Amino acid sequence: MERIPILRMGNFLLVTIQVDMHDRLALQLQDDLTQSIAEWGSTGVLIDISSLEIVDSFIGRMLANIAAMARVLDAETVVVGMQPAVAITLVELGMSLSGVRTALNVESGMELLYELRGNFRPESADEISQA
Amino acid sequence: MSKLPEIIRRNEEQIRAAWVSQVSSAVRRSDLMSDREFQGQSRELLTSIVEGCESGDIVHLDSAAWGHARELLNSISASRATQGFKTSETATFVLSLKQPLFHAIRKELASSPDALFDELWNATLLVDKLALITSDSFLASREQFILRQQQEMLELSTPVVKLWEGILALPIIGTLDSARTQVIMESLLGAIVQTNSRVAIIDITGVPTVDTLVAQHLLKTITAARLMGAECIISGVRPQIAQTIVHLGIDLGQIITKAKLADAFALALQKSGRTVVKSGNSSPALSAKSEPAKER
Repeated sequence: MERIPILRMGNFLLVTIQVDMHDRLALQLQDDLTQSIAEWGSTGVLIDISSLEIVDSFIGRMLANIAAMARVLDAETVVVGMQPAVAITLVELGMSLSGVRTALNVESGMELLYELRGNFRPESADEISQA
Repeated sequence: MSKLPEIIRRNEEQIRAAWVSQVSSAVRRSDLMSDREFQGQSRELLTSIVEGCESGDIVHLDSAAWGHARELLNSISASRATQGFKTSETATFVLSLKQPLFHAIRKELASSPDALFDELWNATLLVDKLALITSDSFLASREQFILRQQQEMLELSTPVVKLWEGILALPIIGTLDSARTQVIMESLLGAIVQTNSRVAIIDITGVPTVDTLVAQHLLKTITAARLMGAECIISGVRPQIAQTIVHLGIDLGQIITKAKLADAFALALQKSGRTVVKSGNSSPALSAKSEPAKER
C-alpha cells in the first residue's frame, strides 16, 4: 500500500508530501505520524507541501487535525511551502488553520522549530545544516 | 413583393441629399467628425440598405443579405461611441432617414393610396429596426470601453513593492471589492514566493472607507499570506478608520496594525533581525528608526 515516508531528523520529523493526497492516504499519514511521534518522542513535525497543488476541505482539516494531535503529544507542527493557489483555496473554503504554524520553505521552517524547541538536543542542529 | 428597393434606387441621390441635410440640422457635430467622413458613411450605408432590400426580405434583418448593412452600422456606432457621440445622436443619424424615404415613396406612389400605405409601413419597420441595431451596438461598444478601462485600473492599482530583503509592501489605493481582492491576493502571494519574503506590509492609507466587507477581504488576504508562512502588518490606519473598525465591531484579533507605514517598516526590520542606526556623519541620516521613535 502507498505511504508517505516520515523521516526522522534528530528530535524532529520531516514529512514531504510529493504525491496527490487522497483521503485514505491522508488518514494513513495521520496514523503513521502520531505513531512515530509517540515512538521517538519527537518534539517537532515539519510538513512540506510545496508539491501539493490541489487541496480540498478534507486535506485542510487533516492538516489542522495533525497539528492538534501533535500538540496533544507535545510536538509543534510547522507546515511549509504552501502554494499561493492552495492558500487562496483554503481561505475561500473558510479554513484558516489557525492552530498550525507556517513558514515559507523547509529552511525557515526548521529555524522556526529550533526557535520553538531549540532547548532540546542542540547538537542535532549541526546534523541538519549539513544535510 | 415590396417596391421599396426599386424606389430607393431610383431616388437614391435625392434621398441621400435630404438625409444629409436633415442630420446636419439635427445632430451634426462638426467638432467630432469631418463633413467628408460623414458623407462617405451615409452613401455607403444607403447602398448597403438597397443591397439588403433587394433580397426581398425587409423584416428579418439578421439574414445574410443584410450582413453588409449590419456590419456597417456596427462599425459606425462603434466609432461614434469612441468619438464621444451621445446615444440619441447616433440613433437620430439612422432615424433621420425616415423623412426623405417617405417623401420618395409618396412621390412614386401618390396615385395608389393602398400601395402607398403598405410601402410606408415597410419603410417604418425597416428604419426602426436599423435604428435598434445601431443603438444596440452603440451600447455594446460603450460597455466594452468601460470594461477595458476597469481592467486597466485593476492592473494599475495593485503594485507589490519590495522594501528590503524579505520585506514587501502593498499600498492599496481605492475601495476593496471582491474582484480587486482576488487580484491583490494573487499578486501578493506570488511576490511572497518570488522574493522569499517573511513580512508583508499592507498599507491602507489610500482606502477611503473600511466597512465589514473590506475588512473581511483584508482578513482573507492576511490569512492566505499566513498560510504560506509570511506575516502581515496593516499600516496607514487613519483615526476615523480606527473608530469605524471599533464601532462596526470588526475583530482584527491577532493582526498587527500600525498608524504609519514608517512604524510598520521599523517593526518589519526588527522582526527580520535588523536595526537601523544613525551614521556618524552630521548630515541628517535617512534613518528609518529614528523618525517613528520621535513620534512616540
